[in-house]
Amino acid sequence: MANSALARSGSVKAASSNDAVVQVRDVCKNYGDIEALRGINLEFERGNLTTLLGPSGCGKTTLLKIIAGLVPATSGEIRVNGRAVTAPGPERAFVFQDFALMPWATVLRNIGFGLELKGVTAAERDRTARRYIEQVGLAGFEQKYPHELSGGMRQRVGIARAFAVNADVLLLDEPFSAVDEQNRRKFQEDLLRLVELEKKTFIFVTHSIEEAVYVSDRIVLLSPRPGRVSQIIDPMIDRTASPDDIRRDAVYLDVVEEIWQGLRQYAE
Amino acid sequence: MQMSVSPAKLRDGIGAPKEVPPTVLEKIQSFADERRSFWIVVSLTLLFASWEMAGRIPISFAFPTFLETLSAFGEMVADGSMHKAYLITLQPLVMGVLVSALVGIGLGVAMGLSDKAEWLLAPVFIVLQAAPMAALVPLVTFVYGIGLTAKTLAVIMLALPVIVLNSYKAVRHVNPSLVDMCRSFQGSRVQQIFKIIIPDASPVLFAGLRLGIAAGFIGVMLAELLITPTGIGDLITYHRSVANYAHMYAAVASIIAVSTLTLAGLQYVETHLLRPEKRRK
Ligand SMILES: Nc1ncnc2c1ncn2[C@@H]1O[C@H](COP(=O)(O)OP(=O)(O)OP(=O)(O)O)[C@@H](O)[C@H]1O
Ligand SMILES: [Mg+2]
Repeated sequence: MANSALARSGSVKAASSNDAVVQVRDVCKNYGDIEALRGINLEFERGNLTTLLGPSGCGKTTLLKIIAGLVPATSGEIRVNGRAVTAPGPERAFVFQDFALMPWATVLRNIGFGLELKGVTAAERDRTARRYIEQVGLAGFEQKYPHELSGGMRQRVGIARAFAVNADVLLLDEPFSAVDEQNRRKFQEDLLRLVELEKKTFIFVTHSIEEAVYVSDRIVLLSPRPGRVSQIIDPMIDRTASPDDIRRDAVYLDVVEEIWQGLRQYAE
Repeated sequence: MQMSVSPAKLRDGIGAPKEVPPTVLEKIQSFADERRSFWIVVSLTLLFASWEMAGRIPISFAFPTFLETLSAFGEMVADGSMHKAYLITLQPLVMGVLVSALVGIGLGVAMGLSDKAEWLLAPVFIVLQAAPMAALVPLVTFVYGIGLTAKTLAVIMLALPVIVLNSYKAVRHVNPSLVDMCRSFQGSRVQQIFKIIIPDASPVLFAGLRLGIAAGFIGVMLAELLITPTGIGDLITYHRSVANYAHMYAAVASIIAVSTLTLAGLQYVETHLLRPEKRRK
């Protein structure tokens, strides 16, 4: 690899470290005749943010939904905290690309919905929901309905709802794709702050190389269909610098370039 | 003096001392901008005015004016014949609509949730919806005579298929990512149905109910005109036979009004109970 001095990269190792919250073992997925994923092996470490990056249709959403337990794998298994799982569980929470907010429910109820399903009392879940409303910057919008919010605010509701159930692992499928560029940057900074604050494991899907490099501890590049892990990159960006400095940093720019070179072979 | 003055400030500066009270016309205009009820009143006034004019031309000797019809209506309310007729008409109508709504939504939702239920029931209701029910209503009298049962059945035959098929369609078109969302938070199947599927389906579900209730009104009128002249159907038939056209039209218009009010009430229930966000614009 050209930039191996700056960014550690290589193929995945099967060896399991103790700190892996989520393990993906030999996962394959076929939709009828379509082979979406082939032999995926990955480990996600506690407290890290890992990004799945790859060309459209390579199976990023499929892999995320298999980890979430929303879609069954054709073969292979998912282990969360060491236990094999086949259905959604309280240790995982999903943030949807299209927000998946209930249009008939207020912001407050939407954010507390995960708790409502678990039978948490109204007073308790409102308290939790209000705390996360504060954190994602939606104070004052508790009684609004989703159609009264902007796209960016709606996704804040989706993120707050996932945080409110206090899962260990957050699965985010292109959460910022419906958000404009200025808001996107603000979001990325907010996300980094939440990662810092909440000490959770994040698995993040995006189309944007810059976004991936900016927010990730680790980037998994997937090949086009059938999706396989083609490269793993640890950006090792110094996040103590200011957001603008990071975006001008030589390491940041080199990693972006390296990923672009990795993906370009598929674009041609 | 400041160099940059916003146009708003400029206008305020000149116009500020005189607070002109809004004229009557302006009041009406601002009311018209905000209130839907204003437009409903305008629309009804136009309708009744053109009715009145058409009656006065007259377009037919059998076509009464709006005011004649209104006074005939008053007369029928005063002598009690209107009440009596509605007491009879509403029995099969309310029973038939209630049965159709409960059974129809139940079956339709079941068909939407389960493929087996769909395969079993969908063909039956597609055929029933396509069939010209008016032609089948007289057959009911062969089996059930001319009583309440026959009339209730006529209502159900018209109302049920459209409610079933709309409920089924409503459930099939529920946003799949909301269902995924519910699953991802470990919602049970029951929670999924009552907290996600039914509220998300409710606009189409209610559209089906509205169509079904309208069809139920057709059913009861058909029954009263074709099976046995009773209730409002009897009022219409009787007044036509004695050439009391104003009274006949009063009976017809009253059933239209009752039907319209029922549908408006249903809309109110929908926006207040199931989809509160539709109240806000
Ligand atoms: N429910 C489904 N039925 C059949 N095929 C599917 C289904 N879902 C996904 N696929 C196929 O699987 C492949 C991977 O889809 P997936 O949505 O996971 O891709 P993706 O990487 O998320 O793409 P994008 O970046 O465009 O969101 C695609 O080729 C798609 O056509
Ligand atoms: Mg996708």
